[in-house]
Formats: sequence, C-alpha cells, structure tokens
Amino acid sequence: MIRLLATMVAAFVAYLLLTAGSGDILLWSGPELVAGAIIAIIVGITSYRIFCRSENLRMANPLRILLLLVYAAIPLLIEMARANIDVAIRVITGRVHPGIIRVRTGMKTDLGLLLLANSITLTPGTLSVDVDEESRDLYVHLINVPEALRTEKSVDSRELFTFFNIPGWIRRIAE
Amino acid sequence: MNDIFYAAILALLLLILVAGIRLVIGPTVPDRVVALDTINTLMVGSMILLAAYLGQTIFVDVAIVYALLSFLGTLAISKYIGGEL
Amino acid sequence: MITTAALICIVIGVIFNALGAIGILRFPDVYTRLHAETKMTTFGTIFVSLGVILYAAGMLTGTGDAQYLTLGIHTAIAVIALAFTNATGSHAIARAAHRSGVKPDPAVVDRLSEVKRRD
Repeated sequence: MIRLLATMVAAFVAYLLLTAGSGDILLWSGPELVAGAIIAIIVGITSYRIFCRSENLRMANPLRILLLLVYAAIPLLIEMARANIDVAIRVITGRVHPGIIRVRTGMKTDLGLLLLANSITLTPGTLSVDVDEESRDLYVHLINVPEALRTEKSVDSRELFTFFNIPGWIRRIAE
Repeated sequence: MNDIFYAAILALLLLILVAGIRLVIGPTVPDRVVALDTINTLMVGSMILLAAYLGQTIFVDVAIVYALLSFLGTLAISKYIGGEL
Repeated sequence: MITTAALICIVIGVIFNALGAIGILRFPDVYTRLHAETKMTTFGTIFVSLGVILYAAGMLTGTGDAQYLTLGIHTAIAVIALAFTNATGSHAIARAAHRSGVKPDPAVVDRLSEVKRRD
C-alpha cells in the first residue's frame, strides 16, 4: 500500500513539474490538477511493482533527494569538467593508453551501485563495462591507465577520482 | 540572440554529419551504435536550441520524448548485439 | 549581462560537442570512442541547455511571460533525462561490445577478458 502511494505521489510531482505555469492556482490551472491526479492514480496502479521494488522507502526522504541534487551540482560537475578537459586534450593529441581494470566498490545496494557506475561513466576518463553481480565489483575501462595501476589485481574506487570522495557521497545518498 | 541560436543549430547539424561519417564507415556494429547515440544526443541539443529560436516550448517536450525513446532504442540494439535478446 | 552568459555557455557547449564528434572519428577502438561520445557530448549538451535556461530566465525577468518559465523547466527536465540515460546507455553499449567479442585494441591491461577466459 505504501509503495502504491509513493509511486502516485512521484508521478503527480513529475506531472506538476511538466505543466508548471499553466494557470493561476499557484502556478497550475484547475483542469490540469484534476487531470494530473487521475493520470497519477492510473500510473501508480500500473507501475508500482516496478518503481518501488522493496518496502524500504529511504529514497523518499527529502533530505536524500536534496543531497542528490547538491551532489549532482557541485562534486559531479567539477569532476566532469576535469574529465572533459582531459579527454579533449587526448582528442587533439591522440595519445591514449587504454585498458580494463577491476574496481572494488563496497556498495551494499543496487541503487548505490547504479549511481556509482553512472558517476564513473561521466567522470575522469573512465567507463563502466561490466559488473560482477556477486561481489558488486565493476570492470572499468580507463582511457589512460597509470603505471601504478597496471599490475594491481583490483583497485579501490576512490583512486579513480581526484578532487572529491565520490563513493563516500554516494554511500551517504543511497545507503 | 536569435542569430546565435541559429548559428549554434547549424553547427550542431554539421556535427551530426561528422558523426554520420563514423556511422557509415564504422568497422564493427558497436561502432555504428556509438555514432547513432552521438547523433541522438546532438539532435536533442539542437531541438532545445530550436525551441528557444522559434519560441515554441512544445519542441522541448519533443526533445524529452526523443531522449527517452533513443535510450530505449540504444538498449534494445545493445541487448541484441550482446546476444541477450 | 545574462544574455552574454547564455552566449558564452552555448559557445562552450558547441565546442565540446564538436570535440566529441571529432573524437569518435579520431579514436582507435569502440571503448575509447565511447569515452569521447559519452563525456563530451553529454557535457556539451548540458552547457547548451544551461545557455537556454539562462536565456529563458533573462526573458522571464524581462517580459514576465509564463511561456519562458515552461521553457526553462522543460529544458532542465530534458537535460537531466539525457545525462542519466546517456550514461546508462553507454554502459549497455560497452557491455554488449565486450560480449560480442570486440576486444579493446590497443590495451595495456584487460582484467575482464582474463576472468572470462578462466570461466
């Protein structure tokens, strides 16, 4: 029941975001609100099994969502900018030493692993290729493998980032 | 400002042609998928610019749906060439 | 003032998009091309959208037309959807490429192939 309700609220919020500025009750018009409520109920009933797989509702906590936005706006963007300048230089010079290495993540939940894999893909010269489902280890393609990492069997995920402790941020958001 | 939007849209369309070269010559199938993904991303960017250029907000909605559908297409092709479909 | 900021953002975005498109032509194999594609074009499109959002904010404060509020919010939603789906999509392409037998070439180290050979 609580899963159904959470899905409906999420769908309604998404609808409100998409129709902001349509009328004068705050920002929305009356018919939009009614239509949004009806659509949210239909979407909630049909998709709550997929949207909320577990009974655990920790991601509905507004504090975690706020933290996710802050994370996307500051550490992720700065790491992305650094990665892009790095790859831009490599596009121009054409100097690459690519390779696939194994990375220990230590994530306990699937959502944390998803966020970490996406962050790795968007940040410094790295790209998630495959995942070991049992140990939750990632196989990461590096565009330039440093000398120190070439012989190690597996690498800690913190060594991939330069300025921020990204795995720590993700653990705070998703676990 | 409108001239800037127009120039940016033209530049993005030119880049779509550049990515199209890789789509044509790509030696393996994943290469072509990468080129197609690039084209999709550039297309979303140019649709957003087009919405600002023409003052038609509805184009951004098209861009949202395009982004989500192109993601589905990429996933389907990837599953197919990975032998999981 | 805000128009100048929007202009600078759009120019940066187009430059990064251009480097991404050149990168997929220049790099030697699928995985390095994916690096160029995922990072550069996503970052470029984020900057282009940031420019449009700044433009919409400037027009909103200038004219007070609700249409520009819609433009800004929808652009933000589009770019969030794009950033998230692009990262996941490139992950799917890389996994499929490795499964279909396209090995990274050149590569200094490949732990994933070592694991697969042992199985």
